Formats: sequence, C-alpha cells, structure tokens
Amino acid sequence: MPKLETVQQLEEYRRRLLTHPDAQALQILVCGGPGCLPMGSEEVAAAFRQELKERGPAVKVLLKESGCQGWCSKAVKVMIRPQEITYQQVTPQDVPEIVAETLIQGKILDRLCYRDPADQTAKAHKSEIPFYQGQQPLVLGKMDLIDPTSLDDYLAAGGYRALQQVLEQMSPEAVIQAVGRSGLRGRGGGGFPTGRKWRLCREASGEVKYLICNGDEGDPGAFMDRAVMEGNPHAVLEGMIIGGYAIGAHQSFIYVRHEYPLAVKRLSLAIDQARQCGLLGDNILGSGFAFEVKISKGAGAFVCGEETALIRSVEGDIGEPVPRPPYPAQHGLWGKPTVINNVETWANLPEIINRGADWFAAMGTEKSKGTKVFSLVGAVNHTGLVEVPMGTTLRQIVFDLGGGIRDGGEFKAVQTGGPSGGCIPKEYLDLPVDYDSLQSVGSIMGSGGMIVMDQSSCMVDVARYFMSFLHDESCGKCTPCREGTKQILEILTEITQGRGSEEHPALMEELCATMRSASLCGLGQSAVNPVLSTLKYFREEYEAHIQQKRCPALVCRSLLKYTIDPETCTGCLACVRECPAEAIRGEAGEPQELDQELCVKCGQCYEICKFKAVKVES
Amino acid sequence: MNSDYVNLTIDGQAVKSQSGLSLLLAAREHGIDIPTLCYHDDLKPEGHCRLCVVEIGEPGRTRLVNSCTYPAEPGLIVQTASEKVLQARRMVLELLLAEAPAAELIQKMAAEHGIYETRFKKADPQARCILCAQCVRTCREVVGVSAISMAFRTPKKIVATPFKEESEACIGCGSCVFICPTNVIPYTEKDGIRTVWGRHFELQPCKVCGNYIAPKAQLEHWAKITGDPVERFFVCRDCR
Amino acid sequence: MINPEKLEAILSHYQGGSADLIPVLQDIQDENNYLPKDQLKVVAHKLQVPLTQVYSVATFFKMFSLEPKGRHQIRVCLGTACHLRGGQRLVEMVSRRLGVDIGQTTPDLQFSLETVGCLGSCAQAPLLMVDDQYFGRMSMDKVPKILKSYKNQD
Repeated sequence: MPKLETVQQLEEYRRRLLTHPDAQALQILVCGGPGCLPMGSEEVAAAFRQELKERGPAVKVLLKESGCQGWCSKAVKVMIRPQEITYQQVTPQDVPEIVAETLIQGKILDRLCYRDPADQTAKAHKSEIPFYQGQQPLVLGKMDLIDPTSLDDYLAAGGYRALQQVLEQMSPEAVIQAVGRSGLRGRGGGGFPTGRKWRLCREASGEVKYLICNGDEGDPGAFMDRAVMEGNPHAVLEGMIIGGYAIGAHQSFIYVRHEYPLAVKRLSLAIDQARQCGLLGDNILGSGFAFEVKISKGAGAFVCGEETALIRSVEGDIGEPVPRPPYPAQHGLWGKPTVINNVETWANLPEIINRGADWFAAMGTEKSKGTKVFSLVGAVNHTGLVEVPMGTTLRQIVFDLGGGIRDGGEFKAVQTGGPSGGCIPKEYLDLPVDYDSLQSVGSIMGSGGMIVMDQSSCMVDVARYFMSFLHDESCGKCTPCREGTKQILEILTEITQGRGSEEHPALMEELCATMRSASLCGLGQSAVNPVLSTLKYFREEYEAHIQQKRCPALVCRSLLKYTIDPETCTGCLACVRECPAEAIRGEAGEPQELDQELCVKCGQCYEICKFKAVKVES
Repeated sequence: MNSDYVNLTIDGQAVKSQSGLSLLLAAREHGIDIPTLCYHDDLKPEGHCRLCVVEIGEPGRTRLVNSCTYPAEPGLIVQTASEKVLQARRMVLELLLAEAPAAELIQKMAAEHGIYETRFKKADPQARCILCAQCVRTCREVVGVSAISMAFRTPKKIVATPFKEESEACIGCGSCVFICPTNVIPYTEKDGIRTVWGRHFELQPCKVCGNYIAPKAQLEHWAKITGDPVERFFVCRDCR
Repeated sequence: MINPEKLEAILSHYQGGSADLIPVLQDIQDENNYLPKDQLKVVAHKLQVPLTQVYSVATFFKMFSLEPKGRHQIRVCLGTACHLRGGQRLVEMVSRRLGVDIGQTTPDLQFSLETVGCLGSCAQAPLLMVDDQYFGRMSMDKVPKILKSYKNQD
C-alpha cells in the first residue's frame, strides 16, 4: 500500500484499482459474519480455495470472505458477483458443483436457492428475494461486496471519498451543519441528535478533545455493531476521522467489548492499513489534520455501554456511571470535551457526506431520519440483520422480511431495545418503528435488537430473565437500581415458582416508578421496561401464575407436571440417563415411569425424547 | 466555581444562588433542608444514595435529579418535596430498610418519612451497610491512602480491603469508622492495640504524658507527608 | 506458575498510569488464565495506582478471575435468543456432565464453565463457545461429543 499524501494521489490510486483487470473478474464471496462463522463458513471458504487451486489459472475467479450478508438463518451464504447470485445453506460438499456449474458454466443450482413459498420456484438473484427487497442497505451496503481485511476493496467501492470531500471542500462547521441537517440520531439507543452533540463539543472550551466509538454492544440479541466492526471496519474509521475533523479532536478510542475478539482483530488491521497509507496520522491527505485511533477493550460489563461508565473504564477505573451534568460533550474523558457515538452512528457518516444530508433526511419519519439496522432473531423464519428506513412497521419487518413465525407458530410479542426495552404485543404490529413510537408503547429503540416471541414464550419468565440479567450487570452504585433489581427479581422468581401473591403486581409497579425516576443512569431507569410492558400487555399471564399457579406457555418449571405416555414410550432409556434426580424408572424396552415426588422438573427428559413420549402440562 | 449569580425558583420561592452551586447547597442557603445519606461537606458528592433527589423542570416536563451534584442554572424550577420526590425518597428508604435492617439511622429517617416497615425481602438482620461509600471516599480523598474500596458489583458489592486481607496501605486512623453513618466498621481498642479492618495497630503513647495519641503507622504516615522526623509526632498536642 | 519475567515483558509495553490498568490486567489474564494476587501487587506498584483500585477493577469486570481457570473456557450463551431456545437447559446439562457449577473449574483444571450475556451470533441459538471455537444450533446430544473431543486433545 503506497503512502497517499494528497487527495489527488488517493483518487489516482482508486482509479488504478477500478481499471485493474481484476475489478471485472468473477467473484465468489463466502459470508464470514457472526451467523455463518459458527456454521462452518471457514470450511466452505477453504473448500473453494482448494477447488479453485486444483482447477488452475484457467478458471479466473476471485475468492473473498465477506462480512455479514444478512440472512443468518440460511448460513452459510455465498454471493456470486457480478450477477448477484445468492446461494444459501452451502456446505463444503456443494463447492465442486458450484465451481463447475455456476462459476464455469453459468448455470444456477436451484437446490441452493431461495424458494418462493407460493410456487416453489427458485430465486437465484438477490433482487428477486423478499428478504432483501424490503431493505435499504446503507450501513450494511458494502457487506456482501468487499473483503473487510482489504483496504483496496473499500477504496474501490468508493471508500474514503467522503473523507476526501470533507478535507478538501468542507469546513468543520459545514460538516456539523450537514450532520445536523441530516437528522441523524445516536444509533446506540439514546437517540440524541448527533449534530447537536458534536456542536456542544466543538463549542466547549479547551484545546484537547476526544472522540470515542462505543462498540460495547452489550444487549443480548444484538449483533449489528459486531457485524459492522468485523465486516466493514474502514467505514467506522472513516466516520470517526470525519467526526474528529468536525469537532477538533485528534485522538480517539474504539471501545470494543471483550466478547468480540474478531472485531478487535479486524479493526486493528484496518487501523494499521489506514496508518500505513496516510489516512490516519499526521497531515492526512495533505490537509494538515492529524488523527489517531486506539482500541480499548472492554472487560465484561454491560453497564460500560453507558457513556460515563465507558469513560471511567477507559480511564482505568470501575464502570460506575457519574451523574450528569456535566455531559461528556463538555467534560468527558480525563475531563476533556468528548463525543461518544455508537458504531452504527459512525458508519452512517460516509454515506451522509457522499450522498448529502438531504438524501438521508428524505428517508424515515419526521423525527427519526435515515435507516436502522435491526438484528431480527427469535421465532421468525428468517433471522439475521436487516436494514430498513425508519418508519417501517413491525409487521413489515416480522412478516415480510422475517417470513412470519416459524414452525406454524403464532406471534405473541416482539421485544425491542434489548434488556432495557419492552415487549410489544400484536395489537401494535402496525406501529412504525422509530424512536418516539417505540417509546410511546413502553419500549425503546435501543441498539436495534428485535426479538420475536411466539406462544412458547412465557412473558413472566421473559420479564424475570431480563431482570436477572440487569441485576447481574448493575454496577451497584445507586440504591434504586441495586436494590430495586434485586427485589423485583425476587418477586418475579416467587411468581414463576408458584409463590406469587395478589399484591405483587402493584408492588412491582410502585418500585418501578422509583427506579425509573430516581436511578442514576439509563440501566436502572430502563430496567423497568420489560416488567412494566409485560404487566401492561400480558396481565392475564401474571394472573394465571399468581392465582392459579399455572404457566400457560409451559415454561415455568415449578408449575409444570411431566408425565411419560406409556403408549409412545419405547423404553430406550435416553431420559433415564439424563435425569438428574433419578426420577425415571423401568425396564429396558418397557414404558418408563416418572416419579412425581422426585421430579425436579428440569425438562431434560422432554428435550431428549426422540419419540415425544414425555408430556408436559400446567 | 465563579462568582456569577443566577436566578432560580426553589419550592415556589424566587432565589439567587451562585452559578454552579449544587441545588442541595443552594436550597440550604435558603433554609430548605434536603435529606441525604451519602453526602458529606468534606467529600466530593457522587450521587450514590438518591435520597437527595429533587424535581426540576417546567410543569409537565419534569424529572428527578440528585441535588448534591446538579448545578444551579438560570431559570431553573426546583421542587424539593413534591409528591414525586417524596415517593422516590420513601421507596429508597424502604429498600434500604430491607438492605440494612439493623441500621438505626435508616430506621429513623424512614420513620420521619412515614415508613415503619419494609414490604421487601430483608437481608441478614445484622446488616447495616448501605453502600454510601463515605468510608471509601474519606480514605481516598481526605486521608489519602486508599486502603479500602468498593469491590465486585451488584449482587455482591461490598466495601473491602484488597483481597479481603489486611490492607498494607491502612494507617489505622479510624476515619472510616468515624464517618460511617450506620456504624458498620468494626473497631476495637485494647491494651494499646487498635484493631480495624482486621489489622492490629500499635498505639503510640505520648512521650511526655503517656496517653495514646494515634497508631504508630498513622504518625509515620504524617511524618512522611511533612518530611519531619517521626519522633516529632510522638508528643501529643496537649504536651507541646 | 508466576513468572516475573513474563510480567516484566507485559509491563514494558505500557507507560504507567491508570489508563493502562485494564489492558495490563487483560494481558495478565490472557497469559495465566487468571490474575495472581502477587502479580497484581506488582502492577499496582509499577503503574502507580493504589492496590485498592486494582482490586476493585479486578472484581468489577466479569472477564477477570482471581481464581485459576481451566485450560478450556466453556462459555454458554444465555442471551435472549439463546434463552428462548433452551440455553438454560443447555448450561445445566454441561454443568452436570462436568460436575461443576457455573463459574467454577473442574478439579483437574481442564474446563471452566461460564455463562455469557450474549456472544453475538443470535441467529444460531442456542450457542456455546469453547475457547474461541463457536458451536451453534446446539442440542443436548451434541454436548458429550464436544466435551470428549477436548478431553482427547489434552
């Protein structure tokens, strides 16, 4: 990689990349994203490498491992360019045929294609597939296009053009105005107007300012930041350099959670590459602007997703938030004005500059502009990352993109915003998804987690699960959160174990009111959302648990009864081996008997029985 | 803090306060007492207990903030004892009654707010610590040795010496014991030995009158700070 | 077990001061699989931060352990998607097979068992990781084979 010292040199280098013969070559991109990696994407890529090597130089195909191609339930995914043929559920065994038939002869392999549910026809091209048709990729735009370990790829795809424009043609003030006009709001969950935050920081007194990228993504069920950091790290860097220029910061940190080692690796590589060719460091592209990026790794604390806790962690202290004001934009890292924005917020910047603030503001709703990436997971047919304009309805996301509820189940609720979000019932499926609408029904946008639940989820158990998580992650500094999460968890546990009382719902609501109004930080303040929303929308489930000691969804163990059906039991003894209480007895080959006195209701027998001979009721 | 003054409203009264002064102190200046637990005049306020919350903002758009750090701003409307504030204070105290059943101060303050029992599950009946962190902050900011700190987080958060062993940095001054509002920290003195945080400190008697002055370790600490020979501190104030 | 040269090597990369505390502890944790008390005392001295701060940080963050961990870290995801897909049963089964509770290490120091809030591969729930290897779409019957493959490796 040559050192690029001026904008002209960068343009020239990009032109050479675009006119290189390889630029038009046939490409096969194997998805290496968070959904495909655990399903063997590396083996598929290795198989392609091997097959192409054996075929020799006659077959001119470029093999790349890309970032997340979005449709995780169809792992491992493979994209062939330039035709944009997308194959799904690819295994190493499929590779020789793909190379022989599709790459060499141009024939589509129907069996690896998406099938239209109406007539079962194979749809090979990305543009024909509903999962992709309903999306508006902006942040995810380059994910199935580039190799995230290649700066050349990013440049060829138009990367760093926004930075060129900013350094050559825009003043810092003009950048802040553009960001303000775009209407971009913080994508980490707070939804604070980004332009306003930058302006506050720029106007704060002091020469030294800092910029931080929040890559802590602690919400269980959310992995969009991970996908962006791993799949398009340069977009994050480009956004940060633009931000640094706008606010007058020369030093920055990317705070990556400890559970994302690959993201750390990819970002480190991208930083090295950018530094080597002069896109980071002193006098970037001859502009006189200097900017450096360092990676700071989290150490396992959800609360460090909160701005002030994150700052303390970077400073080397425990992640206990501090009261605001003063706000980080005026008094942040080491007391200096600091802008903290989420990964997705930074990744939006290059396109906002490239295509203009007005283009961005034309998408979305009145108060929520642009697009949002959601991690659509849970009981839907199609799970993965989706990017849609703000204002798309829940119904469109869950049914059009998600393909509806899997296994013929019934929609029960969708939980947005992670553990700080609420559960939204089917009455609100036509709600347009944006910051304010979600808040109006008792949830939040959060970082974009969207967990769909069907009839097999118990909403009381869901509330208890989230409170358990928050109680474990609470820093413990302030009374309402530390003691509040503990006591609500205690009450919810009582309810799910059949010891709930009539007073419990009202007591929880009363305690939640104080947690929301008096907790020091967002963790405690929003901890009430799962409980309050489920109490509001699923009251009858709470009443069944409390009054009838029943769990209608068959989840809360203490309220269940397991029995073995003598008609279906084959006596294979698989359940006997797993039973931790030795509660199942019988002869081999004969129907087994479950002793109710000894049964601890763990459900292992139910899970392991291949004959569905174990019955459960409440 | 600068010497500008700002106009704000506290409990319906128009008042003038130093710009940036905490609402807690601004209220005090005007005769309004806001209850606190983790606040101390000599320590940097950190907002742990949430008892000092007040309601700020225009009607219909208010929120609660802890008055010990929130600064006086021009035009701010503050209510120190609105229904929302009182509900929060009562709930905080009710939670603390469950966390620290043996803390007399909490029982007293709760009673003052009309709370005589807690509906929540109680911890160990002997528990008294409310995690206000005054001990930790005193040791760090006032004494300057940082011998104890907050360890772990919810649900195991405690004040502890490093590794729960004898703290080498401790000078046995007992400031933490003195500052603790709920008498948590065990501290004994017997036969010229002071025991605090599980460590025994030899008390230094005055060379003149024989009365105990302080632990030898504490005097050695002072000597290190001032640069004086330690023997200077072996004479008590009365005998100088 | 405690190698003062290795610790020196780690510390030599840092200038000293509070901001280096967490990275230094992370390096030591990665090197030893836990944070030995004596090394923490050296860290406090070399970085010029109070030992209390080192102890607070070491106990606040979940990644750090003051007790030796096993050669292989098993992390069972209990994120929302995984919880809804039987994550709890999965971790209980692994716990039973290993004979240890969550957060503990087998007596032979081979395996440590932990749960994690979210591993970020939610579409492949339920999920577990052994060291840096992911195992997605887990079911009960896959557990014995996975554990056995690591036992045979060592």
